[in-house]
Amino acid sequence: MNGILPPKPHQKKKRVRNWIILIIIGVIYVWAFKGVYDRADWSIFNNLGEKFERVIPKLFNPDWSQTEKVWDYIIETIFIAYAGTLIAAILAIPFGFWAAKNMVKSPIWNTLGKWILILDRTFPELILAILFVITIGPGPFAGVLTIGLTAFGMLGKLYAEIIESIDMKVVEAMEANGANKIQILFYAIFPQVLPEFLSFALYRFEIDIRASTILGLVGAGGIGTLIVIAAANRNWEQLGLILLGIIVVVSIIDFISTKIRKRLV
Amino acid sequence: MTEKNNKQNSNVYSLYPRKLKTQISIIFLIVILFYFYSLSETGSDFLTLFLDFPDIVKKLASMFPPNWEYIPLAIDPLVETIQIAVVATTFSVLICIPASLLAANTITTNKFIYQITRTFLNILRTIPDILLATIFVSLFGIGIIPGILALTIFSLGLLAKLLSETIETIDARQLDAIRSTGGNIVQVIWYGVVPQVLPQFISYGLYVFELNVRASLVLGFVGAGGIGTIIDTQLNFLKYQNVMAILIVLLVAVIIIETISNMLRRRVV
Repeated sequence: MNGILPPKPHQKKKRVRNWIILIIIGVIYVWAFKGVYDRADWSIFNNLGEKFERVIPKLFNPDWSQTEKVWDYIIETIFIAYAGTLIAAILAIPFGFWAAKNMVKSPIWNTLGKWILILDRTFPELILAILFVITIGPGPFAGVLTIGLTAFGMLGKLYAEIIESIDMKVVEAMEANGANKIQILFYAIFPQVLPEFLSFALYRFEIDIRASTILGLVGAGGIGTLIVIAAANRNWEQLGLILLGIIVVVSIIDFISTKIRKRLV
Repeated sequence: MTEKNNKQNSNVYSLYPRKLKTQISIIFLIVILFYFYSLSETGSDFLTLFLDFPDIVKKLASMFPPNWEYIPLAIDPLVETIQIAVVATTFSVLICIPASLLAANTITTNKFIYQITRTFLNILRTIPDILLATIFVSLFGIGIIPGILALTIFSLGLLAKLLSETIETIDARQLDAIRSTGGNIVQVIWYGVVPQVLPQFISYGLYVFELNVRASLVLGFVGAGGIGTIIDTQLNFLKYQNVMAILIVLLVAVIIIETISNMLRRRVV
């Protein structure tokens, strides 16, 4: 068998590069694992069984009398995610056109649009949430603004990619017929992109429901508020109910949203 | 249709059928109504936001200038955050390999096992990171170990879903070829699956690492270590200039990590 196959080509340069990458990764791993090993408090593994016994049975025994309270907070989370996503979906349309190569003639202007979207995507939600809570005060409104401003970066990028992939012949045909810019927008571009726009907005809504659960940590509303309170009061039965509620609600929303998205595209 | 749509003195036709138009209008109306309802339920008031604008600027100004002297104190928690993210990503990458093989119908022909793993992973993905962190902190106590566990579980669901979907879309003929020459399951996976999914696998791993760096910010707020801890304390002391300094350090770190990770991902795929 070995005699039949030609020997593998040896590329010295590539091999050296691979070794360097391997060494760098190795150094990062040693650094990270050693750091974690030194920082970790290993004594928490003592009397672990006792802690488990105290918490786990209560976690799986939800306190049903709190259903109404938990439900209110979950609904608030959904409202935050919905309002935020819609703001983002609308805000992302002009930015999507701005960042699409075939819509903007000047490349510098186009790159600027792309950069704004990249910058927005790097912002972690919690940072913006902190800024909004400090400036406009705690409450779900800060959460709505946070979701709206963090979601539009990703949506804008996806929208730009969709717009770049449309059939430009339709646009040219309408231009040749003497259609103005608004007519081209409504009759040539929107019919091609709207289903995908909606589909991505729905997808982002699924993400935002999960994202808006953490807003409560800094006082920006949603179920996070209740999670923090329940954990602080060691109210594990309530935490169990929250866990169950989130799993059920998020599963249902994911299911419906996937169904709608499949029909859209 | 032409008679209905033709208005007097005009020959303008609508491009869309009437039924589609009413359908879209109704959906649009519902979306907008629900929007305003959720705005009122969340107490969102854009008018007062604009009226209060000077006040908001004043509050924002209270965060400036950032307290630059605080930055050295923020470096160590930041390092801790990155170390947590590296370790958690490693664990979840290792666990996700068997999990995603079990959740891919090209490898797992047993319908029962396939459905069970799928459902389990789907449920895992619905649990938000903050809830996982809270539960693990309550189980183990405060420290970075519950943080690492929470992130591992959190990214496992996502990673296993991405990887199993990739495995399902690979070229199955190669697997059949290896099977027909008498290859066992390990050989099928090693010579048939791994070469086809490895680039995407590395790319997903890097992506999840980015996500973990962001998510580990959340951990500190519930006592699971990382840079969130000092943000939480400084916020409670109302030391907004210190908070701003931490946020700037964090943002710079996130941008650097994402740039490197993007560069690597573009080379791999």
